[in-house]
Amino acid sequence: MLARFGVPVPRGEVVFTPVEARAAAERLGTSVVVVKAQIHAGGRGKGGGVKLARSLDEAEQLAKQMLGMTLVTHQTGPEGRKVEKLLVEQGLDIARELYLSIVIDRAVEAPVIIASAAGGMDIEEVAAKTPEQILTLTVNRATGIIPFQARKLGFGMGLDGAQTGKLVKLLEAIYRAFIETDASMIEINPLIVTKSGDLLALDAKVSFDDNALYRHQDLKDLRDLAEEDPLEVEASKFSLNYIRLDGNIGCMVNGAGLAMATMDIIKLSGGEPANFLDVGGGANAEQIKNAFRILMADTNVKAVLISIFGGILRCDVLASGVIAAVKDLGVPVPIIIRMEGTNVDEGKRMLKESGLNFATADSMGEAADKAVALAKGGK
Amino acid sequence: MAVLLDKNTRLIVQGLTGKEGTFHGKQAAAYGTNVVGGTSPGKGGSTHEGFPIFNTVANAREKTGANASVIFVPPPFAADAIMEAADAGIELVVCITEGIPVVDMMKAVTFLERHPKTRLIGPNCPGIISPGKGKAGIIPHNIVREGRIGIVSKSGTLTYEAIHQLSQVGMGQTTCIGIGGDPLIGTSHIDALKLFKDDPDTEAVIMIGEIGGSAEQDAAAYIKAEFTKPVVGFIAGQTAPPGRRMGHAGAIISGGSGTAAEKMDALTAAGVRVVKSPADMGKAMQELLGR
Repeated sequence: MLARFGVPVPRGEVVFTPVEARAAAERLGTSVVVVKAQIHAGGRGKGGGVKLARSLDEAEQLAKQMLGMTLVTHQTGPEGRKVEKLLVEQGLDIARELYLSIVIDRAVEAPVIIASAAGGMDIEEVAAKTPEQILTLTVNRATGIIPFQARKLGFGMGLDGAQTGKLVKLLEAIYRAFIETDASMIEINPLIVTKSGDLLALDAKVSFDDNALYRHQDLKDLRDLAEEDPLEVEASKFSLNYIRLDGNIGCMVNGAGLAMATMDIIKLSGGEPANFLDVGGGANAEQIKNAFRILMADTNVKAVLISIFGGILRCDVLASGVIAAVKDLGVPVPIIIRMEGTNVDEGKRMLKESGLNFATADSMGEAADKAVALAKGGK
Repeated sequence: MAVLLDKNTRLIVQGLTGKEGTFHGKQAAAYGTNVVGGTSPGKGGSTHEGFPIFNTVANAREKTGANASVIFVPPPFAADAIMEAADAGIELVVCITEGIPVVDMMKAVTFLERHPKTRLIGPNCPGIISPGKGKAGIIPHNIVREGRIGIVSKSGTLTYEAIHQLSQVGMGQTTCIGIGGDPLIGTSHIDALKLFKDDPDTEAVIMIGEIGGSAEQDAAAYIKAEFTKPVVGFIAGQTAPPGRRMGHAGAIISGGSGTAAEKMDALTAAGVRVVKSPADMGKAMQELLGR
């Protein structure tokens, strides 16, 4: 993707089997090749996901070891990610490793370039231990990167004149990629300087603005659903914002802030939330039903807490969705409902007359206490 | 008195003919807001639910004397709508739309720098309500009551929660402002606090923040230096896992910064009464004011 915008990158091929890895190494023709695990997470080098091969045999051997292994890095979480494919890349004579990234800084409401001479390492660690090694540059939203700013960064990292000239071009290309693909972050680590003075992006991690995916079909296709939590993928199909957590109290809430606050209050009441779930402001009965199905697919869930403050989402709509879901799915755990706002009396009446067994609460605190008690009751 | 929105507000709805625009335009009018019309490109000259429709905001302003706008247009067109309102000289622009690409908002924010008379609220927010006077947005008006507490919040439904808790203990509100949880927003916590500072009728403020960014820490520094009215604070996301975006585009703990704990500490150090439980906002305000 970066190469398309003119960012220099090493030659390489994606492979799925050890035999393909050997063939790719042969085609590259360099004395050394690099075998890299392709997963959607950073910190691969440290986790053993990047290795050097000095012969074709070694390339094939390394591929055999890495394919199918579970890679754990500080960004994958303890369960890690299974390696399904590899990138075999030309070996390079590396003189120096630098770090370069671009993100939106909320404080200045503009993109910021972060650069460091300490490349190849965990930048969070560099920032903590040697903050003087981190250079930043705020991009003017109207002008984009101005060459003098890029030169400042280059000389600041100790590059010579010719290398700095290359950096200016590279930064302009990265910025163009950032804006045109609606990226929310591009991180190049390491950005290498070869012994012959070339700059190449050796490894890159890019994340995109979900809100802009509608205008990037090509990026949508990149999404590897196999690497995501199946319940989270399922939720996204129904425009539900679901994040799976470790606890046993399932939550269904409208609004991101209230959803986070509901997780907080469950913890304060001595329980653990099983998930974050924001059904959104305008959820309909069908979405509520799907939300229930997804919640209940997590077998850890021992109680469900529904906290809704009806604004756009009316309480009667919620009630009919919940009643339909419980009747259809036969939810085997206690359900605690707290709702307030638009059409709340109608919603409460529907729940009462449904003949189903719901626990209700009049405040967030009461709802959380009841949910925690019922989850512990184990029924 | 209230801030931003009162009986002098003449409101238009951008995207009035859409489903959300229609529903909330009517709701606002039913609450007593002076809704003077709406825009919908291509439908100018018609009327919708009794409201006159204009092709452009400039036209709507010229014909109706509108000084405020609330935006309900879909995300791909919302930044455009914000800039159009600013260009027409609308003083208060409230953008409810959720899901505007950041790159689009960068353009809008840059554009707004040249239009200092326009104040943007949002995007991705529930809007504003001044109880007894009017509203621009989607805050349910049946839960508010007139009074002396200001509310500023990143979160929509937590704003409702705070209003509800205050109303239940008999404390009304001057103005409730939902500023939105996106990375780029028009009005920050500090901007809202400054408005409340200058409003003689606002006696105290509830400030609701969430994980991500450093706006709450900045607000804490401002409160410590200049804000003398009592403040109750709550930060959502105390139990959120790092690295995951919690619904709002801005609600993410990255690189160990933007945590709830660090925000709560900063606010506490600034003299804010920080509550751990979102259920305690109303009660804490009652205690703080000795009611």
